[in-house]
Amino acid sequence: MIRVQREDFDIGAELDRLSAGNHRIGGLASFVGLVRDFNLQGGPDQVSALTLEHYPGMTERKLAEIEKEAHRRWPLDASLIIHRYGRLEPGDRIVLVATASPHREAALAACHFLIDWLKTDAPFWKSEETPHGERWVEKRAEDDNAREGWR
Amino acid sequence: MRLLYFAWLRARIGRGEEELDLPPQVRDVAGLLAHLQSRGGRYAEALADLSVVKVAVNQDYVGREHPVRQGDEVALFPPVTGG
Repeated sequence: MIRVQREDFDIGAELDRLSAGNHRIGGLASFVGLVRDFNLQGGPDQVSALTLEHYPGMTERKLAEIEKEAHRRWPLDASLIIHRYGRLEPGDRIVLVATASPHREAALAACHFLIDWLKTDAPFWKSEETPHGERWVEKRAEDDNAREGWR
Repeated sequence: MRLLYFAWLRARIGRGEEELDLPPQVRDVAGLLAHLQSRGGRYAEALADLSVVKVAVNQDYVGREHPVRQGDEVALFPPVTGG
């Protein structure tokens, strides 16, 4: 399941819903991405807020493709990707990836795969607010490497 | 053709979308980018370094050789930074 939304989400409620009524599920893995108050690209600047822009239509389409690929690779009973857009502040939740499977290995691996692929394939862009003004976050080579690791 | 711009490309070009009558000599993504650069001004500035410009045609990532047609939706944007 894919959701692209401005609103926050309730992690507990989302995970409960994902596995509800399916007693084949023995493992439920999740990843939550949060807004940091600093930039990894080395600047000393504090980040006071982040604005996420996306490409409506293509975002949902790419996320659905990535989710389908995870189901092709691992025996998953259920999966969920929620990605927010708009202005967010440090500590706010950005993204939730959750996967459910009879066994933990598939759930954990698929969850890791989904967040790695999402970072390089889903059309989102982050702009940071700092004391020196706004700046667009640059792509990290580590993200490309993480994606390539799943080939 | 519907053109969409995102992130700093949108900011530098000064708009998020526009309609373009595709000149008949423009056949692929590379040709479209060259055509936009040739408009000069904000376009030439925003598209000065094409190594950081990604393109999607009808909501799929494509390479520079991908064909473009009048009815397409073409988006230009920097490398994605979500998650």
